[in-house]
Amino acid sequence: MGLLSKKDLKLITDPLADNNPITIQVLGICSALAITAELKASIVMSIAVLFVMGLGNLTISLMRNIIPPKIRIIVQLIVVATLVIIVDLVLKAFAYELSKTLSVFVGLIITNCIIMGRFEAFALANGPIRSFIDGVGNALGYAVILIIVGFFRELLGSGTLLGFKVLGDPIEKTGVYAFGYENNGFMLLAPMALITVGIIIWVQRSRNTSLIEDN
Amino acid sequence: MEHIELFFKSIFIDNMVFATFLGMCSYLAVSKKVSTAVGLGAAVIFVMAITVPLNWLLDQYILQEGALSWLGEEYAAYDLSFLSFIMFIATIATMVQLVEIIVEKFAPELYNSLGIFLPLIAVNCAILGGSLFMQSREIASLDLAFNYGVSSGIGFFLAILTIAAIREKIRYSNIPAPLRGLGITFIITGLMAIGFMSFGGMLTGGDEPETKEETSRVIPSKNNTIEVSKEEASKLANNEKEIIE
Repeated sequence: MGLLSKKDLKLITDPLADNNPITIQVLGICSALAITAELKASIVMSIAVLFVMGLGNLTISLMRNIIPPKIRIIVQLIVVATLVIIVDLVLKAFAYELSKTLSVFVGLIITNCIIMGRFEAFALANGPIRSFIDGVGNALGYAVILIIVGFFRELLGSGTLLGFKVLGDPIEKTGVYAFGYENNGFMLLAPMALITVGIIIWVQRSRNTSLIEDN
Repeated sequence: MEHIELFFKSIFIDNMVFATFLGMCSYLAVSKKVSTAVGLGAAVIFVMAITVPLNWLLDQYILQEGALSWLGEEYAAYDLSFLSFIMFIATIATMVQLVEIIVEKFAPELYNSLGIFLPLIAVNCAILGGSLFMQSREIASLDLAFNYGVSSGIGFFLAILTIAAIREKIRYSNIPAPLRGLGITFIITGLMAIGFMSFGGMLTGGDEPETKEETSRVIPSKNNTIEVSKEEASKLANNEKEIIE
């Protein structure tokens, strides 16, 4: 990372832990939870958000001096919507099955609060390069949580990772299944995503006590 | 009958917050007090009742494949559905602005209670999600779309109201320090979502032909719930067609 100054590096490392968009800033939860039943979907979603956020932050930052403040929300929405359409069409063309799994949640990147939040809080006030780095950093912070949740849900829920049977075969009773282990199908259902994120928050805040809320 | 079915289905079974996680951001951010939660919930119902039917019209007459055929034969082959994201979000953003102006002018009291929440709503995932689900579930007619908008809004209202009430009470409980605030809210929401899953059996009663699908949704399978419910929606649409025929 010799290319980046210390200040810029902080823009990337901060959102990864102490200022994580999901667990600390409470942004972008909507699309984060529904698609994490499989690791693959989480990774693809993270890449999509990374793309939209990096370029979106860059675009908004380039236009920041010519956008009239009164209509900035609509301008921001249009920029994001355009980028999301590109992502959606690329997914449909090269990974049709996956785009079915993600269904409307690709479209919902538009209203992902992380993106709007970073536009408002950072891109409108900072230069293009720093905004781009900030966008990438926050998208990576989002990706970390998504991948952790996706990892545990797929591992515990179906005993696979990215579709590979890492725990053995549940039907032929090989691997850990030979000892009587069963898949916890509950992990695949929607509510467990919330509880998993709750537990991540718990772990994170007990390691870093300065993040604890008063109430 | 299908109206009643859709109404209860969108409130309880496909609840915006608990089944599809839409609108989580504002759900978590604005649920600290019951009064503000009620304000946001009402605003969501209001906006969804307007935007979902409007986007349905857009979808039917402009965006869908062959939707432009009312313009003439030569337009019948156009498929503008790739534009739906941008059209939907533009409609929502402008409608929110418009509603804000109208309400401010004609009902200042309502504006005072809804006012600060209206701009928030433009970026609420529940609103755009409502329109996108309306499109992907192929809601059949305008009045059904209106019904879907209102009932999904009510579902969101119900969710945010209950979590706000719980959060007001939980302040008096002794929660492990790192879980305080956000963490416990996540876990409670998860538990509430499990509770709401039990409503999944609601549509199976009687002599409905779709009993099998409903029970299969309870069994955890690799398909996530959204896919299953989409299948159901298309099956429902087929049933409706049969009934009409």
